[in-house]
Amino acid sequence: MKYFGLIWKNTWRKKVRTSLTILSVLVAFLLFALLNALGYAFRAGEDVSSAERLVVIHKISLINPLPISYEARIASTPGVAAVTHASWFGGYYQEPRNQFAQFAVDMTAYFALYPELIIPPEQLEAAAKNRIGTVVGHELAEKFGWKIGDRIPIQATIWTKADGGRTWELDLEGIMRSNDPRGSTAFMLFNHDYFEEARAFGKGTAGWYVLQIAPGADPVEVANAIDAQFANSPNETKTSTEAAFAASFAKQFGNIALIVQLILGAVFFTLLLVAGNTMSQSVRERIPELAVLKTVGFRDITVLGIVLSESILIISLGGILGLGIGWFLVQGVSQQMGASLPGIYLSPQAMLMATGIMIGAGILAGLFPALKAMRLSIVDALARG
Amino acid sequence: MAETLATLQGVSRVYQKGKERVDVLHELDLEINTGDFLALMGPSGSGKTTLLNLLGGLDKPTAGTVNVGGAILSSMSNSQLSNWRATHVGFIFQFYNLLPVLTARKNVELPLLLTNMSAKERSRRAEIALDIVGLADRASHRPRELSGGQEQRVAIARAIVSDPQLLLCDEPTGDLDRATADEILKLLQTLNAEHGKTIIMVTHDAQAADYARRTLHMDKGKLEARTTA
Repeated sequence: MKYFGLIWKNTWRKKVRTSLTILSVLVAFLLFALLNALGYAFRAGEDVSSAERLVVIHKISLINPLPISYEARIASTPGVAAVTHASWFGGYYQEPRNQFAQFAVDMTAYFALYPELIIPPEQLEAAAKNRIGTVVGHELAEKFGWKIGDRIPIQATIWTKADGGRTWELDLEGIMRSNDPRGSTAFMLFNHDYFEEARAFGKGTAGWYVLQIAPGADPVEVANAIDAQFANSPNETKTSTEAAFAASFAKQFGNIALIVQLILGAVFFTLLLVAGNTMSQSVRERIPELAVLKTVGFRDITVLGIVLSESILIISLGGILGLGIGWFLVQGVSQQMGASLPGIYLSPQAMLMATGIMIGAGILAGLFPALKAMRLSIVDALARG
Repeated sequence: MAETLATLQGVSRVYQKGKERVDVLHELDLEINTGDFLALMGPSGSGKTTLLNLLGGLDKPTAGTVNVGGAILSSMSNSQLSNWRATHVGFIFQFYNLLPVLTARKNVELPLLLTNMSAKERSRRAEIALDIVGLADRASHRPRELSGGQEQRVAIARAIVSDPQLLLCDEPTGDLDRATADEILKLLQTLNAEHGKTIIMVTHDAQAADYARRTLHMDKGKLEARTTA
């Protein structure tokens, strides 16, 4: 700590150069924050998924529906404690930019299978009883200013009604929350019965099934048993854990994690070159001063530490600023686009990782200049000065 | 009888420049007493600065023994030499070698960073050192805001702040005009006479050497028999 004044003064020896380096680091960590938050949004489903739930989809693709008759057969499979179904609706509210997820479900069964979704029992009962009843997450209610009793028209992009209409009117009967701080409820649930009756096509099907495995049952055996039941049928199934299902769902948008890693890899490689160049110049231009430090008694390892600390300080300054700005931007995006991009969040783990990267990049960028400073021969350096 | 502070016995220093062997010091013997003010004179390349570097633990001899205040510098590790320099010796260079980013006070405080002193105590000691060299009112100035003579005074304050017995000066007036050089030399005389510092000063300037108690002449890596008292 007693060397901090010296380190700080040396860091700002060339103000313009240091500022530009910090700016480049800032941009790198800003990108890190934004891309991480985006990646988190795509992984959110995996993170909050339950190990006791399995998802059954069509073997060909999630887009292909499964017969509704499968529900009873799945329910009778050994190891299955409960089962329900859901179907993707894909509509929007008022304008296409107001997109969020809507699912047609059996209200009572669905909430029974997702205990992390919290809703007052009387609201759930009302939603189940009302054929056009709907339940939305509190994020959506807050965003669109909906309150219980409102009639909400949803414009269909896929599911036209049997009467040719594209507007599905739903009565808001309940507002739900998640008891998992990482979980988003920025989606809408409405009754499958209404969906089934009113849609123009696809009757007698459901998008996928969700099942709860019985205590002690082996998830792999249960999944294999379900898929075996429907093998060689026109609608073969693929049963997987909820986490795997969420991951495969996210992969429909591309391998976000890989894209994020590639971009960040390129950004941080460039950052290392920029910061490394700054530190090399900084050490090169003050070789006589470093020799003086050694002359008055600074040990080689202390000089190494001082130069490395300067490098870490520069990267940390830029990194903290970049993360800070990133955090505010993510908060803003979350508030503005939370419904269409639920789960966008700069996690503590990402912050921790960023801190590690700051220290690691600081050490890497400063290592060679610091070693040069450490190995400096006092006699040669003073002769140069 | 004066106590011996430094003893050099059979000291040689050889540098290897590519395939060429350069004998800078050749089997040199020397004794320096505590409280001495010694001027080292001689032509360029005679080995004066190399001798100074050996006495200050900045370099090690190829052969022979360097003993300063009972410490055998020639057999110490680099780390041990660093610790020794921090408390036993002060250096004054021709071009002052102050850190431009620090104020005069902070430059003077530098050697004290290696101690366990509090920031307040470091600052107090730096003020005293600056007062001794007559620059108490320039403590907050940076080197670029000082004249050459003032910069050298700050460098002297830095050299004495940890109260070392030995001051090693390499052409301390080489970059100064005559009048300023005389002021600096008088200051060194005061440090020698009143503060008991042992001073070894390398110089090309005969007038500067006149301020010393005695002068040794060097040539081709050897001390000449000629000694001026």
